[in-house]
Amino acid sequence: MAKVLIIGEHDGQNLNPATAKTVQGASGLGIDAVDLVLFGADLDAVAAQAGALAGVQRVLTVTHDDFSHPLAARIAPEIAAMADDYSHILTGSTTLGKDLLPRAAALIGVNQVSDIMEVIDERTFKRPIYAGNAIVTVQVPEGGPVVGTIRTASFAAVGEGGSAETVAVDPRAEDPGHTRFVRVEGGGGDGPDLASADVVVSGGRALGSSDNFAVIYSLARKMGAAVGASRAAVDAGYVPNELQVGQTGKIIAPDLYFAIGISGAIQHLTGIKDAGTIVAINKDAEAPIFEIADFGLVGDLFEIVPELEKAL
Amino acid sequence: MKILVTIKRVVDYNVRVRVKPDGSGVETEGVKMSINPFDEIALEEALRIKERGEADEVIVASIGGSEVQQQLRTGLAMGADRAIHVETDQPVQPLTAARTLLKLVEKEAPGIVFLGKQAIDDDCNQTGQMLAALWGRPQATFASRVELADGKATVTREVDAGLEVNEVDLPAVMTSDLRLNEPRFVKLPDIMKAKRKPLETIALADLGVEPAADLVATAYEPPPRRGGGKMVESVAELVGELKNKGLL
Ligand SMILES: Cc1cc2nc3c(=O)[nH]c(=O)nc-3n(C[C@H](O)[C@H](O)[C@H](O)COP(=O)(O)OP(=O)(O)OC[C@H]3O[C@@H](n4cnc5c(N)ncnc54)[C@H](O)[C@@H]3O)c2cc1C
Repeated sequence: MAKVLIIGEHDGQNLNPATAKTVQGASGLGIDAVDLVLFGADLDAVAAQAGALAGVQRVLTVTHDDFSHPLAARIAPEIAAMADDYSHILTGSTTLGKDLLPRAAALIGVNQVSDIMEVIDERTFKRPIYAGNAIVTVQVPEGGPVVGTIRTASFAAVGEGGSAETVAVDPRAEDPGHTRFVRVEGGGGDGPDLASADVVVSGGRALGSSDNFAVIYSLARKMGAAVGASRAAVDAGYVPNELQVGQTGKIIAPDLYFAIGISGAIQHLTGIKDAGTIVAINKDAEAPIFEIADFGLVGDLFEIVPELEKAL
Repeated sequence: MKILVTIKRVVDYNVRVRVKPDGSGVETEGVKMSINPFDEIALEEALRIKERGEADEVIVASIGGSEVQQQLRTGLAMGADRAIHVETDQPVQPLTAARTLLKLVEKEAPGIVFLGKQAIDDDCNQTGQMLAALWGRPQATFASRVELADGKATVTREVDAGLEVNEVDLPAVMTSDLRLNEPRFVKLPDIMKAKRKPLETIALADLGVEPAADLVATAYEPPPRRGGGKMVESVAELVGELKNKGLL
């Protein structure tokens, strides 16, 4: 039985772009039977979006107030209860996917393949290790479904044009009652979403303060770009944590990436290796960022960035 | 309350890891090894909780060959009270690690098990969530702030959308993110003191852990290299290049 279950991610209104990329990743398996499951309190809007994704056969909606905020401890047993019907269970390697899927994998009793970047065959995958300094090919042993997260930066989103049927499914597990959602803070800035933006302008420690980060925001606004940052800039409190790009932040693949006042530590580079074109602006001609940049410009960012903004 | 902190010995984050020419693995011979940075943060948090008087004992545990005792000793020097070394000469993947840790949890009954959110060698980001599942307890992953009161923890988590706050009943599993704290430096007298702290060794084989079917690594390769870039001399030249590529 070759059948794929994809766990869709959404905020109640919109399907997360990571889901369409996960469907693309799954298409490499060559398996036509693809179900996409959604957990939520009100799924009408997102179910319609999910049903339109090319390659999805059925959208399974599991509707319950418990799912108004996705909690791994509540959802993982639901996934485990569905596992017998599937050869593959996949989701995007977002923070939700990373939180949820290992919990389901353990209940199912299998190891998980994290951050699948390439599908070789139904049970063989490539994934990055050591901050992307090595790529390993792994084979999943027989005796259970393949459970894996898809590294979304490695796949384009599938298009629309699908017409999946929607099937309502009852929850099968109970709320364990030990984990409660309290609130979300921050987020929801006005610019495009960092994880899926075509152009990203990132600043590093060199910005020196959150006030100075205004030059980055200003250039980004002019370009319709999302703003990103190095860990050093986030640690220093110049920008919020959701802007961190890299091994332990967001792994992104924009068409155009600006690294401004960022030295190019391996942990940062692993987050941008899939970018189309990388531009580096740094006053140190020896900065490692220039080794991977497509275009490098040596100089003071506080002069160059405003000049660049004017020239656009 | 006891806090159990897990420690993995990994290639130091400053080392530029290379794939062996024959593709059989990565070069680890003669390379500097350290505590996984996220585990160090987890341990620091456990120590701070104890120093606030909200825990009585901090136990560090590691699974691996005898060499992991070096990292356990470092953990003891940071301030952990005792260490458990689960000995095996085989590499351990996340599900087996979680099943092994569950055995320690059953033995020690900690109020919190604190792990790093991921190990910087295999970058799996799985073990904490798996342990929580097997234990049937809450998980608060990617923590950047932890507050304890009345047998509950309020944990701020770093998520894609920003910060998410969850409340979990104890006992619970937590995994650390980078901004939870800055780990302390170990001082020389503490290293001496750590030599006298208890370090217990248990053979993995004696714990009765059900072996999980491991993923089989068949090949290692270096990542694709990005083509060589070009230095430009001015903003005008940069804009020209980007226009040529159709990016502006
Ligand atoms: C476990 C672990 C995980 C990590 N994960 C991540 C991650 O996900 N993402 C990440 O980014 N980092 C991560 N790091 C941190 C990483 O190792 C680096 O410390 C960090 O990326 C450095 O940030 P930076 O380039 O902004 O700062 P620096 O390395 O300090 O670089 C600042 C750069 O700005 C340049 N500069 C200074 N002034 C100017 C000026 N006026 N004009 C132009 N250029 C100027 C300097 O020449 C320098 O190159 C991680 C580290 C660890 C240990």
